[in-house]
Amino acid sequence: MINTLLLLIIVGLAAGIFGAIFGIGGGMIVTPVLTLLMGLDIKYAIGASIISVIATSSGATVAYLKDDMLNLRVAMFLEIATTIGAIAGAILTGVLPSAVLYVLFGALLLFSAWNMYRKMRAGKEKTEAIQPDSLSTKLKLNGSYYDNAVDKKIDYQVSNVPGGFTMMLGAGLASGLLGIGSGAFKVIAMDTIMKMPLKPSSATSNLMMGVTAAASATVYFFNGSIKPEIAAPLALGILVGALLGSKIMKHLRARVLRMIFIPVLFYIGLQMFLKGFGVTI
Amino acid sequence: MAQNKQPETAEELKKMEEMNQIELIIGQVLRIGVLISAAVILVGVLLIVFTGQTGYSAKVYPTTVNAIASGIVALKPFAIVMLGLFLLILTPVLRVVVSIYAFAKERDHLYVWITTFVLVILLIGMWIGYLGK
Repeated sequence: MINTLLLLIIVGLAAGIFGAIFGIGGGMIVTPVLTLLMGLDIKYAIGASIISVIATSSGATVAYLKDDMLNLRVAMFLEIATTIGAIAGAILTGVLPSAVLYVLFGALLLFSAWNMYRKMRAGKEKTEAIQPDSLSTKLKLNGSYYDNAVDKKIDYQVSNVPGGFTMMLGAGLASGLLGIGSGAFKVIAMDTIMKMPLKPSSATSNLMMGVTAAASATVYFFNGSIKPEIAAPLALGILVGALLGSKIMKHLRARVLRMIFIPVLFYIGLQMFLKGFGVTI
Repeated sequence: MAQNKQPETAEELKKMEEMNQIELIIGQVLRIGVLISAAVILVGVLLIVFTGQTGYSAKVYPTTVNAIASGIVALKPFAIVMLGLFLLILTPVLRVVVSIYAFAKERDHLYVWITTFVLVILLIGMWIGYLGK
């Protein structure tokens, strides 16, 4: 029991660090480890995963808040979509075959990995002028953040709010259905669709994941899917890992972030895609 | 909150300082919330490690409010862990609540409504979760 506890704390530490850096909930790391490596029933893996998502988010947002990388208005406005999606997802659990979502999700992540790779090859970092749409101005979504790596304040505009909002409904739905943070999905919505820079996208995604996960976590909590001996050591490891991860992140350049993020996205995408066809890698 | 303009008047500067102050307070409130939930989980885990017991028979753990409450009174490790996990689930909700306060202080009525709406959705979700068990 003590060995398992220690192992899970270490898994949590790793998941927390990677989760904070890439703006993913840690659930995408936790679920494969618990099911593939430790042979846990997927139902309990999902329960532990939703706790991991909240721990990553809560651990990291404390640090992000001080950095002003977080865009609270973007987060709150889009949370309308993610929480409604999460509740719909939680209700739909068991009705829809999750294989369909795995495939759809995997395909989207693969597309995003390819898209980010393409952008990186183009060689420029967010210098294109973004046309803010009337909604983003009306909702005061445009913001700024201080980038430590280049040592200056960067102003940014937000575009395609309806597109991002729609994507967030899907992200919330998947979160509720599968017990994941769907942070990669949220980063896509802000970074790829709404053209926000990666760092505020990741920080904002972290906050949103926690709130989205809270919408479905109570369901998992009360129906007995959250095993204390699994979820507790993971949560402790992740809380510490997330704080470490957000400190590391401040000193990384966006290009380095992307170079690490792309293979992670690609691997998870491939894994999810194949899982939809019953193939596990 | 994004600070997307430079202060032009003394009044604006004062308002910005006030917002920074509020953000610091929010950060502290959240940090305390996260630390409390982590501490409760840690106490439960340490009790399991040192007593070698969970307080329940194998593969059993409390999932209802009543079972967790009576388990805590009896100092059962798993009940304490479950309380900590539930507090952790509540930390994002706390985040939404303090954000409503922050937007109200900023006199941003639009975002007071948007954030309150998010809170209402969360409460509906909890209610559905409670019904679903």
